[in-house]
Amino acid sequence: MIELKDVRKSFGSLEVLKGVTLTVQKGEVLSVIGGSGSGKSTMLMCINGLEPIQGGQILVDGIDVHARGTDLNKLRQRIGIVFQQWNAFPHLTVLENVMLAPRKVLGKSKREAEEIAVRQLTHVGLGEKLKVYPSKLSGGQQQRMAIARALAMQPDYMLFDEVTSALDPQLVGEVLDTLKMLSEEGMTMILVTHEIRFARDVSDRVAFFHKGLIHEIGAPEQVIGNPQKPETIEFLKSVL
Amino acid sequence: MLNYTFHWRPALNALPDMLSGALVSLQIAVLSMVIGVVFAVFLALGRQSSNKLFYGFSTGWVELARNTPALFQVYMTYFGLGSFGIQLDSYVALLAGIAFNNAGYLAETFRGGLRAIPHTQTRAARSLGMSAPQAFRLIVLPQMFRIVFYPMSNQMVWALLMTSLGVTVGLNTDLTGVTQDLNVRTFRTFEYFALAAVIYYLLAKLITLSSRLFAWRLFRY
Ligand SMILES: Nc1ncnc2c1ncn2[C@@H]1O[C@H](COP(=O)(O)OP(=O)(O)O)[C@@H](O)[C@H]1O
Ligand SMILES: [Mg+2]
Repeated sequence: MIELKDVRKSFGSLEVLKGVTLTVQKGEVLSVIGGSGSGKSTMLMCINGLEPIQGGQILVDGIDVHARGTDLNKLRQRIGIVFQQWNAFPHLTVLENVMLAPRKVLGKSKREAEEIAVRQLTHVGLGEKLKVYPSKLSGGQQQRMAIARALAMQPDYMLFDEVTSALDPQLVGEVLDTLKMLSEEGMTMILVTHEIRFARDVSDRVAFFHKGLIHEIGAPEQVIGNPQKPETIEFLKSVL
Repeated sequence: MLNYTFHWRPALNALPDMLSGALVSLQIAVLSMVIGVVFAVFLALGRQSSNKLFYGFSTGWVELARNTPALFQVYMTYFGLGSFGIQLDSYVALLAGIAFNNAGYLAETFRGGLRAIPHTQTRAARSLGMSAPQAFRLIVLPQMFRIVFYPMSNQMVWALLMTSLGVTVGLNTDLTGVTQDLNVRTFRTFEYFALAAVIYYLLAKLITLSSRLFAWRLFRY
């Protein structure tokens, strides 16, 4: 379970998260929608401790992410994150990209790591591209590789930050299919996305983010289908 | 007007000696690069460190290495340290001097290379649970070495040519040292030094070509 309690986060004098409170249950798929600059990416980075917070608390399975003694490297093994810019490691083949963290972080043997990597890459439809360097892949393939790379750590939670936003329109579908597959497999996910229809389709709940706060949250039929707040209505009008 | 007759035969007879001297020069160049690269990585980190002491030390090293004659740097490791009671032998002093110079130049090259690698690479590595040193070693450094590979091979050529400074601190086993000894014994200055120059030239070319080959094998992405 991921719990955010009144989380505040500033960059200098700019307050980006202004008291975010949120609970994501095991097995749940939560989509986060909202205008650009509203703090969605920042929230994800705070959840796995890539960014410090200035107030409140974030608990992952009861572990306080930002407490002094917390081993962030250990915690991050359980929280996969995939970014808008997929960040393939260009000097490693697709297979090596996915094998690296299981080997160096989890201490798996080469054979084990390779087995895991092949399984995850096959799972996202890249079984034929193992020996290829990322520069030879399309954006959609690189993004699926990044997903496989995160999954290879066998995380309990996956965070996705607008993973289709940087893709050519014809490549969006293949990545969304991968996300959908994960959600059907029961992965706990927080999915920041601009794909409203997709969010409605796969999510258990949808949160509308506005100016550093969760403005409206609930079932997709409610938040997307029948929004109550004027800001939500306006945002949906602008993107649908 | 020209009353110097060329005698190539004795020079050619000395070729085996000169070639074994060339091996010593090459060895010093290679070692000075290995040591220089290791220190340069730390200096490059120091140059962007917020720790004042680390920054100051690295900046001082880089400034000295790049803005004083290489000859002085070799003198310092030999005579300079000598006057503090640390007497290195000629070989070690030369090696240390060149390594010092290499590290200073390479540090700036590396710093530029590091800056070219997007911060998002480190973030992606950290998000997979890698520690900061792991992310640097496994993700950042390998990419940096590709970026700096050609300037690095230039430095290697420089290192080879700088080994000729060994003669000023009494080294007589490297190519210049061997050549100088032959010269002193026979006064066939032109022949011996011309031959030595050809050997330096060929070694320099060899370094450039083999690093190309190496890069082609190594960087397939
Ligand atoms: N590293 C940073 N330093 C300073 N400001 C930042 C940084 N990252 C994000 N911001 C600012 O924080 C705000 C929220 O950004 P972000 O979380 O990326 O929004 P979203 O993902 O919803 O588009 C923006 O105003 C952005 O400019
Ligand atoms: Mg964002």
